[in-house]
Amino acid sequence: MPRLHYLKAMNLALRDEMARDPAVFLMGEDINLALTNVATGLLSRFGPDRVVETPLSEQGFTNFATGAALTGRRPVVEYQIPFLLMLVLEQIVNQASRFSLMSGGRFRVPVTYLLPAAGWKPGWGAQHSDQPYPLFVHMGVKAVLPATPTDAYGLLTSAIRDDDPVLVFAPAAAHGVQEDVAFADLVPVPLGVGRVHRAGDDVTVVAVGHLVHDALAVAEDLADEVSVEVFDPRTLHPFDWPGLAASVERTGRLVVLDDSNRACGMAAEIVATAAEEMRLVAPPRRITRPDGAVLGGVPALDLAMQPNREQLAAAIRRVMK
Amino acid sequence: MEGNPTEDGHAQLYRTIRLIRRFEEHAIDLVRSGDIPGIHPCIGQEAAAAGVCAALRKDDVVLSNHRGHGHLLAKGCDPGRLMAELLGRVTGIGRGGGGSLHPADLDSGVYGATATVGHGAAIATGVGWALAKEGGDRVAVAFFGDGAVNQGALLESFNLASLWRVPVVLVCENNLYATTLAAGEGNAGSVIGRAEGFGIPASTVDGQDPVLVREAARQAVHRARTGGGPSVLELLTYRYEGHHTFELKTRLRYRDKAEVERWRERDPLRIQGERVRAEDRELIDAEVEATLEEAVRSALDSPAPDPTDPLRYLYADGLRTRGGVSYA
Repeated sequence: MPRLHYLKAMNLALRDEMARDPAVFLMGEDINLALTNVATGLLSRFGPDRVVETPLSEQGFTNFATGAALTGRRPVVEYQIPFLLMLVLEQIVNQASRFSLMSGGRFRVPVTYLLPAAGWKPGWGAQHSDQPYPLFVHMGVKAVLPATPTDAYGLLTSAIRDDDPVLVFAPAAAHGVQEDVAFADLVPVPLGVGRVHRAGDDVTVVAVGHLVHDALAVAEDLADEVSVEVFDPRTLHPFDWPGLAASVERTGRLVVLDDSNRACGMAAEIVATAAEEMRLVAPPRRITRPDGAVLGGVPALDLAMQPNREQLAAAIRRVMK
Repeated sequence: MEGNPTEDGHAQLYRTIRLIRRFEEHAIDLVRSGDIPGIHPCIGQEAAAAGVCAALRKDDVVLSNHRGHGHLLAKGCDPGRLMAELLGRVTGIGRGGGGSLHPADLDSGVYGATATVGHGAAIATGVGWALAKEGGDRVAVAFFGDGAVNQGALLESFNLASLWRVPVVLVCENNLYATTLAAGEGNAGSVIGRAEGFGIPASTVDGQDPVLVREAARQAVHRARTGGGPSVLELLTYRYEGHHTFELKTRLRYRDKAEVERWRERDPLRIQGERVRAEDRELIDAEVEATLEEAVRSALDSPAPDPTDPLRYLYADGLRTRGGVSYA
């Protein structure tokens, strides 16, 4: 069975959707040379009208994508690093995501915003390593965070087919993940449906993005003392609250492992909702980056701010007491 | 509407200007009565909307801004459904979701009105690019004000439009004030200088004369239709009212009465009215009045939206988000 790499999965999703629907096109910086590898081979196959190399003009081309989408196209906009989203909050939140409401549902803005190097790469510096997905969840923009190659393929496919703006965060730390999978079996993964990667009875660990793999490793390490269920929401907005509730209903305990900052972060929302609405027999815990986390140019300092497996193991033991 | 621009269509241009003027006066009445929260009146600027839209076809696309009622009406939006939109009624062009600030009308080809000034220009550039890729010769138009020319996002759209020869007409309605800031105190250089810096043909036009505006717009639209790429038009105009109807109460002072009076002497309604026979004018005035009385009546009679489901149209797929209160 062929090995499917995470980045190759996104490349396949783009290729398949561009072949399936002529309205789909890719635009962004340095995509002619496929600097992030997700656009590899697309220019030669689809030509410069469908693979549109842009100048360094994020605000301009993000609004441009909105206009193309209003006209019936389905743009996929690639940003190589997530901090660029800070530049285009206005264009995504205040423009693209508001057109449906402002037009009473008559206009649609089916843009996909692809972040193929989301999150942390050691030593990339304080302006290159943010993980800003909670900002968009807070503002009501759909956002997905695939952990595996099959989910990267399936969620990117669904994002492109969705009639609303959707952000696709592909954590850099997940790029090395591979799976054995027949390419013909790759299918769209619906937005808003979580995935139980590992069933367990004692504690639900919600892990997002690349942290799913850390959660699975810790669950395996602790298998002799505690039965851990690993729940990957896959979509951050809309969130699979029923899926989480079903898991927590069985385990009664919750630990959240999340790569965003602590205050108003994704973990904060998951813990708050569980505390309000679900049956918990122990106080929930969260493991996140620190408040105001800014990753710098020193890998050792960067690493000190990353959620890690030891913290997760300690939190699991704590909620079991 | 084709033909000699100095002779044809005078009655139609007059009707459009009259319609916009009286629509806004009715809307201001409804602001005073508390039925509409507030509007950004374009009274005084009607020739810009009327002249530019007279150069467009129905299937061309307009991106408007916060001062957009005139653009919509000139593009052919139904006045009753626009008034219903201002009143937040379900019969409005956006089912009340856009209001006065963000009216969008699929039927007349106005793809929306963005209030973050200048950003509509980049959206229009994307629209124009996509229209060109479809084939055919449709064009896109963006309206923005003199304040918008200091937005980096607007200048990015100039670059993209010129670089990719996008069929878009970028129209600056220079009414001399960005809210209260005089253009001379906010804008270094000139509007058309910005355009020329990006290699875009640009011209400055008397925005109070709808015939001159229409002629300039026809040239720009022709260039766009025939593959010549973008143009920038700077229309010198003026708003007689405040930036927003809140000025009815605040009585902000940032311009001379004498200045307002000087511009009133260059009133587009009068300029164009003089090109139409008095008896035709009276017929048009009566027809516009009847249209607007019916528009206001039907809009006020329309049902209000359901307050239990305010975000019904936030998502194209009908997704309903969680409420702000949890009792579970």
